[in-house]
Amino acid sequence: MPKKVLIVDDEPNIVISIEFLMKREGFATVVAHDGEAALEKVAAERPDLVLLDVMMPRRNGYEVCQMLRANPDYAGLRIIMLTAKGRETEVAKGLALGADAYMTKPFATKDLVAQVRKLLDPAA
Amino acid sequence: MSVSRTFVLGAAGAVTLVVASVGLTGLGLWGDLPPQIQQQLAPELSARIGTVIAVVVMGCAGAVAGLHALFRGYVGAAGKLVEEAELMLTANPDHRASLGGAPEIAALGALINRMADERQSLRRDVEAKILEAKTSVEEEKNRLAALMSELTQSVVVCNLDGRILLYNNRARLQFRALGEGGGKGSVPIGLGRSIFTVFERGLIAHALENIQHRLKREGSQPLANFVTTTRSGQLLRVQMAPVLTGQEGAARTVSGYVLLLDNITREFETEGRRDRLMQSLTEGSRASLGNLRAAVEMMCDYPDMEARERERFAAIMRDEVGAMSKRLDQAAAEFTDAVKIRWPLEDVLAMDLVQAAQRRVEARLELPTKTEEIEEELWLRVDSFSILQAVTYLCSRIKEDLEAREVRFRAEAQNRRVALDIIWSGVPVSSETLLGWELDPMNVGSEASPLTLRDVVDRHDGEFWAQRETTKHRQYFRLLLPMAHPQEAIDQQAMLHGADSRPEYYDFDLFRSRDAHSELDEMPLADLTYTVFDTETTGLKPSEGDEIIQIGAVRIVNGRVLRQESFEQLVDPKRTLTHESIQIHGITQEMIKDQPTIDRVLPEFHTFCEETVLVAHNAAFDMRFLQIKEGPTGVCFDHPVLDTLLLSAVLHPNQDAHKLEAIAERMGVHIVGRHNAMGDAIVTAEVFQRMIPLLAAAGIHTLGEARAASEKTYYARVKY
Repeated sequence: MPKKVLIVDDEPNIVISIEFLMKREGFATVVAHDGEAALEKVAAERPDLVLLDVMMPRRNGYEVCQMLRANPDYAGLRIIMLTAKGRETEVAKGLALGADAYMTKPFATKDLVAQVRKLLDPAA
Repeated sequence: MSVSRTFVLGAAGAVTLVVASVGLTGLGLWGDLPPQIQQQLAPELSARIGTVIAVVVMGCAGAVAGLHALFRGYVGAAGKLVEEAELMLTANPDHRASLGGAPEIAALGALINRMADERQSLRRDVEAKILEAKTSVEEEKNRLAALMSELTQSVVVCNLDGRILLYNNRARLQFRALGEGGGKGSVPIGLGRSIFTVFERGLIAHALENIQHRLKREGSQPLANFVTTTRSGQLLRVQMAPVLTGQEGAARTVSGYVLLLDNITREFETEGRRDRLMQSLTEGSRASLGNLRAAVEMMCDYPDMEARERERFAAIMRDEVGAMSKRLDQAAAEFTDAVKIRWPLEDVLAMDLVQAAQRRVEARLELPTKTEEIEEELWLRVDSFSILQAVTYLCSRIKEDLEAREVRFRAEAQNRRVALDIIWSGVPVSSETLLGWELDPMNVGSEASPLTLRDVVDRHDGEFWAQRETTKHRQYFRLLLPMAHPQEAIDQQAMLHGADSRPEYYDFDLFRSRDAHSELDEMPLADLTYTVFDTETTGLKPSEGDEIIQIGAVRIVNGRVLRQESFEQLVDPKRTLTHESIQIHGITQEMIKDQPTIDRVLPEFHTFCEETVLVAHNAAFDMRFLQIKEGPTGVCFDHPVLDTLLLSAVLHPNQDAHKLEAIAERMGVHIVGRHNAMGDAIVTAEVFQRMIPLLAAAGIHTLGEARAASEKTYYARVKY
């Protein structure tokens, strides 16, 4: 059974590419366009990994990350934050709040795939 | 008794004594003889009595002459010497005693002359030294004053009470520009005025505290920087340096401070625009570029995709390239020659900052604090005042919203930043609550701040969040703040040129700090600060609707009439001026047409009068006009008041005329521009200034005494 990735971003132009990429790399995908929807999708779809944008309407990425981490049911969930905010302090904040990795846009899609694989299958 | 009279009495006494003793001896001997012998001798004696008398008289004359010579030589010469010494001591130090009389007296005179010589040369030395010192002090003062006036930066010097001792022309212009009312007289700066009308007291106290800390630490510059907003919303950058008294090397104490001010409102706006531009260029481009890159990589990496999918990616690329071009055009259009300016941050030791925070939190919030690990020699580069405000604000929220009973602080280095943590145990904070804390103005108790936590964090290019410490079941806020490398040189430059012009804006005598608690009434008249004012009105009856149409005022500080610190304002009375009144004050309907109304002018005038004694001629009249407006304008003129009319009656009770013209003539004050509020205020000020020494001569020294004397005069009973 393929691992499931939840893509959370309010910009369709990035969602289209990432969704295509993840599918072609053999993952099942789910999409959410804001923070609230992301929390609902996590509860309903139980993904293995979340690609989380920071700047979003209705709860930003930091909040979503912190709320997911506060719930012990999601202990195995991996979170990668993808943002256009590249300041050191924001990276520190994201990691402190429980993200497993933090990628700053623009990133290489190859790196993203590598990062996703690494988190989902540490043995490989 | 004069010397000659003494001599005459003495001589007469001596003669009487001789004559009496010879006569009595003769009579005694005569009486002792048997009668027959007396009968035999009588004829013989009477024949020779003339000779006896002659001998006695000659003897007496000789004795008197001898006595006289002695008297002249000793007593007379001593008396003369006394007079001459007296003369040398008081009226004429150049006089020298004539050396007459007996040798001993002459020697005494010579000795006195030598002592006088020595005394005089000593005195000349001292006088020369004093003159020298005075000249050099005066020179230094002038040099400093000239230097200040040429500085392109605003300078204000204050004593520890916050009284302004010196300011330069630049500062005057700047503060005038900051005035809110925009009236001609709105100058909140002035000698002897309190700097706290401009700056928040806590801000100055905090900066002084920082300086005291730095003074204790060897090698660090005792300077403090802060940025503050004025009431009118202007942004001022301030650098504070201490005025130290005491000798180099010995313990030096801070007796005042120098403030260098820059209005950075415009620069800050430019900077804000630049920041937004930078942000839209970097973050905005990052997102677009990210989208673009992902789409391009998909098309390259998966060439086998369907035509429909390829078309979707091509659309994304067109879309994003278009958006990026547009953003770049916008940025280029908006780009101005923005001056690089940053919120001034200063280097603070983490330990010092935490201790200051602890003091503040414990004092203001009554919340106990503790410290955990705080790295030594960990320096932050922050605006400490706003950081302390932020920490205090966070602690107040933790106490009130999360019911914590204690907070702890810790600080550690994290890469190139310092993590400052505020730790509490209790309810965790929800992200909604946190968002509220982040974006609400930071108000703690009655202390309001226009800034939000987000503002403060952004100002430091920092970040903050709340986190759970799972091992210890507690929460903490982490503030990520910039780290500093201490001892970086401070750029010191001052632009100076030309040293000829001198400002009139200083009064160093104000360094003598006044006792803040002494009651005004106890203060000597010469030490008080006065606002001398006059009003022109539409008529004489405020109760029947007459209104103020002009206020003019000058200040007297340390006995000097400061004409450049004046208040002059026409007022629109909202009614028509009568022909008769125009004849008196010369103010026409045309002149008052676009002037502010009294409800705008009075608050401004009230600020001008702050902490002074009001003086006016026939003050009761002007005070009635001011007081009748207390209700509508909300400002209350409850200052102590002195009236030159009443004081004139106190000084010259026998004169009939106590009109301002008459008093001015008596006091030798030249009258200019009478019947204009400003002209009258200046004449009144000059008159009042001349009255102060006359009052002192009449035994009236303090404000209380002057007020009591005024009340007693006849005129005080007249009702206006």
